[in-house]
Amino acid sequence: MNDIIRPLVTVGGVLAVLLSIAVSLIWLERRLLALWQDRYGPNRVGPFGLLQAFADIIKLFMKEDWTPPFADRAVFILAPAIMFVTVLMSFVVVPFAPDIGVINLNVGLLFFFGMSSLGVYGVVLAGWASNSKYSLLGGLRASAQMLSYEVFMGLSLMGVVILARSFDLRVIVEAQKSVWYCIPQVLGLGVFLVAGIAETRRLPLDLPEAEAELVAGFHSEYSSMKFALFFAGEYLGITLISVMIATLFLGGWLGPVLPPPLWLLIKVFICISFFILLRGALPRPRYDQVMSFGWKVMLPLALLNLLVTGAVRLAMG
Amino acid sequence: MFSLVRALWDVFLHAFRRRVTVQYPEQKPYLPPRWRGRIILSRLDGEERCVACYLCAAVCPVACISLQATEDETGRRYPLFFRINFSRCIFCGFCEEACPTYAIQLTPDFEMGEYDRQNMVYEKSDLLIAGPGKYPDYNFYRVAGLAIGGKEKGGAENEEPPVDLRGLLP
Repeated sequence: MNDIIRPLVTVGGVLAVLLSIAVSLIWLERRLLALWQDRYGPNRVGPFGLLQAFADIIKLFMKEDWTPPFADRAVFILAPAIMFVTVLMSFVVVPFAPDIGVINLNVGLLFFFGMSSLGVYGVVLAGWASNSKYSLLGGLRASAQMLSYEVFMGLSLMGVVILARSFDLRVIVEAQKSVWYCIPQVLGLGVFLVAGIAETRRLPLDLPEAEAELVAGFHSEYSSMKFALFFAGEYLGITLISVMIATLFLGGWLGPVLPPPLWLLIKVFICISFFILLRGALPRPRYDQVMSFGWKVMLPLALLNLLVTGAVRLAMG
Repeated sequence: MFSLVRALWDVFLHAFRRRVTVQYPEQKPYLPPRWRGRIILSRLDGEERCVACYLCAAVCPVACISLQATEDETGRRYPLFFRINFSRCIFCGFCEEACPTYAIQLTPDFEMGEYDRQNMVYEKSDLLIAGPGKYPDYNFYRVAGLAIGGKEKGGAENEEPPVDLRGLLP
């Protein structure tokens, strides 16, 4: 009996926590951006404006759920679901504490890669099925950007894998007992951070959206809860990348005094705040700059990191 | 690359700056005395100043003022009704400039939100205030050369008595 209830409770708990994080990130992002722009941000609804997120959700639910007549209906509806589900699936392998985690996969990292690669389909199909030129351009950019950044996203984490000698996230966290991998793998961390921003289509690299050029990019035609799914998917994506950075480079749940899940939460919060700061501070590069930066700078850096880490590992035996 | 880091740091430091937002309903902004807001009609010594000359209605660029002149038994003009449609008003202040009696004045008040559009139309009873507003001492009839109840011709301030055209004396 316990074998059935415990996983169910874990799955339910993780889902509830993640969804509430995705919701409250709307509020957090607006407040933090306001903080860095000398404003207050939403501070009217509830204490500190915390209920603003719920007001936003109610508003999104009230919107007309419009499927354009020219869109490819089935794919149009499927795309946001793909996007949301793939991000959510990646959390399956994340260990939140020594004994809290949905599944203990010995190829957890590979599963994460697989899921984030599938996530591209959500964006690309959304851009394709919308049957509008801005959406298509957004989808086009998304496929190019996300596929090319996917390449060195994988390579940047191979250093961590070499050091920990495992694809199992639990083992990787345990291996950071003496020193967090953000120190020996500082290059890997940098590359993974950039790749993570590109993967989640966050602001410096939000070319698939690029609201200044492409209306709203791949989700121009989306409204109501389909749009909200993209939105939640993006926020969950930020959370996922932050969780991954915390797990792979910042020692996951490791830390003194406080309980393990709280440590992970603190690290994730810092990472998310950094993501929001990036959005507040950096301009969006041109499309060709993004591509050449990815292939000509980030990929060689990732390879160099992999090479040096492997050499050191071999030399030390 | 360094400029990116520099930008991040500079933006981060903005967290400790003073906020520029005015927390409006709790914290009222400063409105100068000559702020052009809600329009009022002033009274002097309990009497309406307005003489219903239509100058404000004529000068109003959006034609939001409408009134009808009438007279009391002493020949003093006053508006039968005076109506300002604030959903049209652009608060340009031309009416105040045009007014010869300082009756119509703009006040530092902008909080006029309404749920019903019809409520934006202010009648004379809504516009009239008890006091003289910004110009407490000016009384049009006291300086105008017009005969009015209680004041004969030539009885105004700085006014000579009327010249007797048939007399020989200078």
